[in-house]
Amino acid sequence: MAVAAGIDCLKGADRAGVDGLYFASTTFPYRERESAAIVATALDLSPSIRTADFADSLKAGTGAIVSACDSVKAEGAKSILVCGSDSRLGKPGSSQEMAFGDGAAALLLGSNGVIASLEGWYSTSYDFSDYRRSEDDKFVRAAEDRFIREEGYARFIPEAILGLLRKYKLEAKDFAKVAYPCLNLRQHAAIGRRLGFQPEQVQEPLFTAIGESGAASPLVLLVAMLEEAKPGDNILLVGYGNGAEALFFKVTEEIEKVRDRERLKKSLALKRELTSYEKYLAFRGIIPLEVGVGGEVAPTQLPLTWRERKVILALYGSKCKRCGTPQYPPQRICVNPECGAVDEMEDYSFSDKRGVLFSYTADHVASSIDPPLLYGMIDFDGGGRFVFELTDCERDSLKVGMPVEMSLRRKYLDELRGIHGYFWKATPVRE
Amino acid sequence: MPEGIKNKVAIIGMGCTKFGELWDKSAEDLMVDAFKEALEDAGIEKKDIQAAWQGNQFTEVNIGHSAIPLANALKLPYIPVTHVENLCASGTEALRGACYAIASGACDIALALGVEKVKDIGFGGLPRNNEDLMVLGTKGRVIFPNWVNPNPGMFAMMAIRYFERYGLSLEEGKETLAKISVKSHHNGSLNPKAHLRREITVENVLNAPMIASPLGLFDSCGVSDGSAAAILVRADMAKSFRPDPVYIKTLQVAAESGESLMYTDYDYTHVETTHRAATKAYQEAGIKNPREEISMMEVHDCFSITELVTYEDLMISPRGKAKEDIDAGFFELDGKIPCQPDGGLKCFGHPIGASGLRMLYEMYKQLQGKAEKRQIKNPRLGLTHNLGGQPPLSVCSVCVVGL
Repeated sequence: MAVAAGIDCLKGADRAGVDGLYFASTTFPYRERESAAIVATALDLSPSIRTADFADSLKAGTGAIVSACDSVKAEGAKSILVCGSDSRLGKPGSSQEMAFGDGAAALLLGSNGVIASLEGWYSTSYDFSDYRRSEDDKFVRAAEDRFIREEGYARFIPEAILGLLRKYKLEAKDFAKVAYPCLNLRQHAAIGRRLGFQPEQVQEPLFTAIGESGAASPLVLLVAMLEEAKPGDNILLVGYGNGAEALFFKVTEEIEKVRDRERLKKSLALKRELTSYEKYLAFRGIIPLEVGVGGEVAPTQLPLTWRERKVILALYGSKCKRCGTPQYPPQRICVNPECGAVDEMEDYSFSDKRGVLFSYTADHVASSIDPPLLYGMIDFDGGGRFVFELTDCERDSLKVGMPVEMSLRRKYLDELRGIHGYFWKATPVRE
Repeated sequence: MPEGIKNKVAIIGMGCTKFGELWDKSAEDLMVDAFKEALEDAGIEKKDIQAAWQGNQFTEVNIGHSAIPLANALKLPYIPVTHVENLCASGTEALRGACYAIASGACDIALALGVEKVKDIGFGGLPRNNEDLMVLGTKGRVIFPNWVNPNPGMFAMMAIRYFERYGLSLEEGKETLAKISVKSHHNGSLNPKAHLRREITVENVLNAPMIASPLGLFDSCGVSDGSAAAILVRADMAKSFRPDPVYIKTLQVAAESGESLMYTDYDYTHVETTHRAATKAYQEAGIKNPREEISMMEVHDCFSITELVTYEDLMISPRGKAKEDIDAGFFELDGKIPCQPDGGLKCFGHPIGASGLRMLYEMYKQLQGKAEKRQIKNPRLGLTHNLGGQPPLSVCSVCVVGL
């Protein structure tokens, strides 16, 4: 999700100019192994950049934004991509299971072409145990909901907002929009009222559309506010978690130049309903599935995945400089039988190329958490062909010639050896 | 064009085990069974064999690496023995090694033996998690789909393309493919060595569970254990062993260069390696018009669609016209060119290393008039065809034998 948000954010931007990637989440795949570096590789960013994971608190999202701004202001970096992504798991039957929702958003922070400038912030920090997971917890543990509501959200959010207003000598009416989370919608409205915000100033928290999206939530809400913002607007964003962090942005004229300011709305409109709870449990690895001996995961060869990291994570192929044929995976000798040039290749990324479905099948003997396994031959626009898994689609919707695009997904989870394997799958183009 | 091996090598003895889920037989048992029959058929002794080739794919499932398993099981007396593996063409590769050795003059009498003991893996289908199935090596594990076995789906995609290109509806396409399987099951029912010996109907095929759409259970070959062996000699010696030796007219292999997988010219309605190997084979054998000259065939019907496109790739049926031949019964036991007279992979299953020599066994017996209820009238040339890998990444062998 972080990679998908990052790709969307960087469309039209100069990737070579990005010199940092900060990634916020409470649900990184690894305890030790940086996820920001995985995302940076998938986004094909230069290795000469600074990467960091912001973890362990719902406040990690705003923490990453503030740290990125600090880096830019201190001229330690020209632009930093901040990704927030979370996939928190509530125990089956718990209210957290119902309330949590996965989401991701990405922001590019820098000093040129600024659409909203971070004018100031106010942070608090408390060792408040509302949610927690310890070393071996799969599910988020929560304290009593009334306790979280009264002592958490209803205390920390006003405290941060009032602190910011005092610090910068502002009033509630100075803001076009304010966004803050709170799982209880009535409490959410009450917080705004208490602080003197009119209902139209308060950003809809998207709980009913997405759910509580954890560390990604403030980034998602900021995007929601920016999609509606006008030049000159002041907007206020609060990240909640172990205290709270209030961020104050001023929207500039540049906002008018932003391409396609309906990305969030469009993403929400693309939803597909999963009506089977059993499938949800299977997808989340909550119930053990029989994969059969044939479905066991083969060992991942780490020297190979390191050597081929761009081929795997950034979907790099090669393009023949002599005949112009793109090919995946990269070849040293051109695959075009009329050419056959040796070592005349340049790097060529397929991850941002669309294609069409040349053929497809639904494989019932493959091992899949969502059988049958769908895959097909993809002909890329501009050339190149390879076989990829298909996802976000139904078997009966597949047609020869159907337009597809590429999406980085988890390919396998090797629980025995603690490896999360990621690779690209093709999805129908949905707009 | 090189001179080739036409009529330089002769088969004087063959053996073939019953194929099936042979829980009570080890790979060594199967090798000995096939070898014993071949020796008796040739009327020679073990010590006469000067060199041997062993075809086997899934070494790790059973027999282990190297050619020592063959030398050891048969107690071959310190002669050169070679292990060969080229996916589903492994059995024919063993034959090729022996043929080339004899044609070169390096030896006069050689053994080619193929064996596969698949059913020891303890689950249905072929072994996975090994690099053999992933033709791009271990890199395939991370960039190919999460296959247990890539073959059903990769051949299924050829059916989708074929139907699309030649305007067959899904129903028409599936029914055409069904007729191929029905024909093979009929032949298999007549063969005591076949694994599956039941007649089936088109309805059975159409109503069977799906394997990889549009291919169902009866569009797919079985998985079984088995072994087959051939004893080859210099052609000019052949008649001193028996009055009816069978001569190798050609043996060609073609491996995919990657363009069918990665280059967009490939139409996925045929298999290029089959077409290339067949073209060279017909040149080597001096066959001008295969549709008129070939008497019978054993082709690699791992899936029904494979058999269908093979008719066209071997230039028996014109492109896009295989359906007409199928509908006309052209490939049935009493048709113009009976295909899979022994029941094919469909009924024998596919012990990888053995299949190529199992096909040859049927052609050999047919040419000698010893095919019992399946006997084809006066066959002159028999063709065998193996296809390893998947349509965009395959290796193919084509062999023609005759009297």
